[in-house]
Amino acid sequence: MSFLQIDKVCKSFGTIKVLRDISLDVEEGGFLVLVGPSGCGKSTLLNTIAGLEKLTTGEIRIDGNVIDDLPPSERNIAMVFQSYALYPNMNVGQNIAFGLEMRGMPKDERDVKVRDVAKTLQIEHLLDRKPGQLSGGQRQRVAMGRALVRNPQLFLFDEPLSNLDAKLRVDMRTEIKRMHQTLGTTIVYVTHDQIEAMTLGTRIAVLKDGIVQQYGTPAEIYNDPSNLFVADFMGSPAMNLIPAVVRGNAVEMARTGENPLVLDFKQLPGDVAAYEGRNIIVGIRPEAITDADNRALVRDGQQAVTASCLIDVVEPAGADIFAITSLGGKEVVTRLHQDWSGQANQHAELVFNLEKVVFFDPESGIRLR
Amino acid sequence: MSRSTQPSFGIEKLLRAALYSVLILFAVYYLLPLFVMLVNSVKTLDEIRGGNMMSLPEVFTFEPWLVAWSKAQIGVEPTGLSPYFINSIMMVVPAVTISTALGALNGYVLTKWRFPGDKIIFGLMLFACFIPFQIVLIPMARVLGIIGMAGTTSGLVLVHVVYGLGFTTLFFRNYYAAFPDELIKAAKMDGAGFWRTFTRILLPSSGPIIVVTVIWQFTNIWNDFLFGASFADFDSMPMTVALNNLVSSSTGVKEYNVHFAGAVLAALPTLVVYVVSGRYFVRGLMAGAVKG
Repeated sequence: MSFLQIDKVCKSFGTIKVLRDISLDVEEGGFLVLVGPSGCGKSTLLNTIAGLEKLTTGEIRIDGNVIDDLPPSERNIAMVFQSYALYPNMNVGQNIAFGLEMRGMPKDERDVKVRDVAKTLQIEHLLDRKPGQLSGGQRQRVAMGRALVRNPQLFLFDEPLSNLDAKLRVDMRTEIKRMHQTLGTTIVYVTHDQIEAMTLGTRIAVLKDGIVQQYGTPAEIYNDPSNLFVADFMGSPAMNLIPAVVRGNAVEMARTGENPLVLDFKQLPGDVAAYEGRNIIVGIRPEAITDADNRALVRDGQQAVTASCLIDVVEPAGADIFAITSLGGKEVVTRLHQDWSGQANQHAELVFNLEKVVFFDPESGIRLR
Repeated sequence: MSRSTQPSFGIEKLLRAALYSVLILFAVYYLLPLFVMLVNSVKTLDEIRGGNMMSLPEVFTFEPWLVAWSKAQIGVEPTGLSPYFINSIMMVVPAVTISTALGALNGYVLTKWRFPGDKIIFGLMLFACFIPFQIVLIPMARVLGIIGMAGTTSGLVLVHVVYGLGFTTLFFRNYYAAFPDELIKAAKMDGAGFWRTFTRILLPSSGPIIVVTVIWQFTNIWNDFLFGASFADFDSMPMTVALNNLVSSSTGVKEYNVHFAGAVLAALPTLVVYVVSGRYFVRGLMAGAVKG
């Protein structure tokens, strides 16, 4: 049985439905990431797990016990907030100890625990400082310390890295992942950053308008998106979504001033056959389109098509070169080897990895399999 | 410095001199009443009658202060102002404490424990700030009579608490509105309830707004004359009313030196409050502005 069960949870504020029938299961020691654009309900869902918001219908269970009617403090859950929410009038030690104090733990016992946690997080030298005297990264650590010290059965993180600068964010991301690996405590983590979601999660739930769009492992979400929204939202640069026409076992993408580009498949997925002669959306990630020499990106035995395309813009990014071409009236980003020597406004041979191509209905956005 | 800026440098100096002259002139103008009061309170009555209001005393005497404090005729009793000074203290301290505490609590509930209709409640409390003193006199007299608190110091405390609540609530509500909600949520997760969140998290961060509220309430309640004159009887009369009785008594000789001393005595506590906490007052207003 799973450790955290979110069962058909709905939440409305007046007539506005913020969460609609959300069901998610997380195994013990799992790392669930809730990701989505702002206003998708991910923070509300986190608050209902924490007990800071009452859910309208549905049930949340931890380890088989329904927690809906318990106040936040009795759920044995700790939370790290976006602003860290450190009490400004207390020093770091008092901040970390506050939760223990509220639970009536004697002072000497508290001191031992605070010292242990401070040691783990390497903030021992900061214990007497006030939050106002700390840097962003230090505050982040103190906020984590305050959560850790209670030794909860579930951690909640509400966009904990969004206030940090880019470099620190990457460092702290690694630190959170390491902490999860060492402690093995179940974590629910909210973010709008899809890279954080991919790197941290063992399971990702993509939310939009209070509905779970897709729930799966990072690899499933990335390679096997269930609709256009997920395909577009996850991945950077985003997946190329190209309008095309189905012709038998091939798809045709219009090009200005040239013959259409034809991708010839051995066998198109079953659903696509019904679209014969009609428009569909073809989804190809940038790394599935590469230069002819960059065979590393197309494994042996995978179907591939090579075609000559006009390159509009070349964007060197260090490790890779992103070249932009135009297909079906859309800009298409391709990811080429850093030693590729082509030029803008010239043709280049591009390899399309057909095994990585996915198809969507243009109206409903639903994945065609 | 180039030559062309040389003349403008002279003009600048001139302007500065003019500015300071104007400022000094205004300062003198504003300080003059205080000067007159202090100087004449240490003169003998003969010297005031015979001489210039502005001149320094020829014979320096503290007698008028002693008379004003403990001997002057107030109404029918020759008690001086001291019992009424005590009355004022007995009224001001509880009234300021209670109205500030209730204001803080109201502000906390109205911002952090929102309930349906909270905005209407706050709007109504805000309305209390715009009600003139005179309008509440008769209803308040009725209420005090019914609950048996007419003519007592505790009755006056009640009046001032009720009247001040609108202001103190407004101050604290606006201050706490800028206080991050996530801190309250964190306290909830940590297991702090309604009171402990208030006393351990919010109150320790409320220093500036407490100072502002205390100064405001202290000044208003100490200086109030109308409520004191309307609702107090002879035993609970505050300083302001006693001062009026001293100054406007129609019998005997007008002892101006005693009147001046009494007036300074009556103004002294507010002066002390401003001098002691004035810098917090400014800092409090600034802190609210920047933190928001």
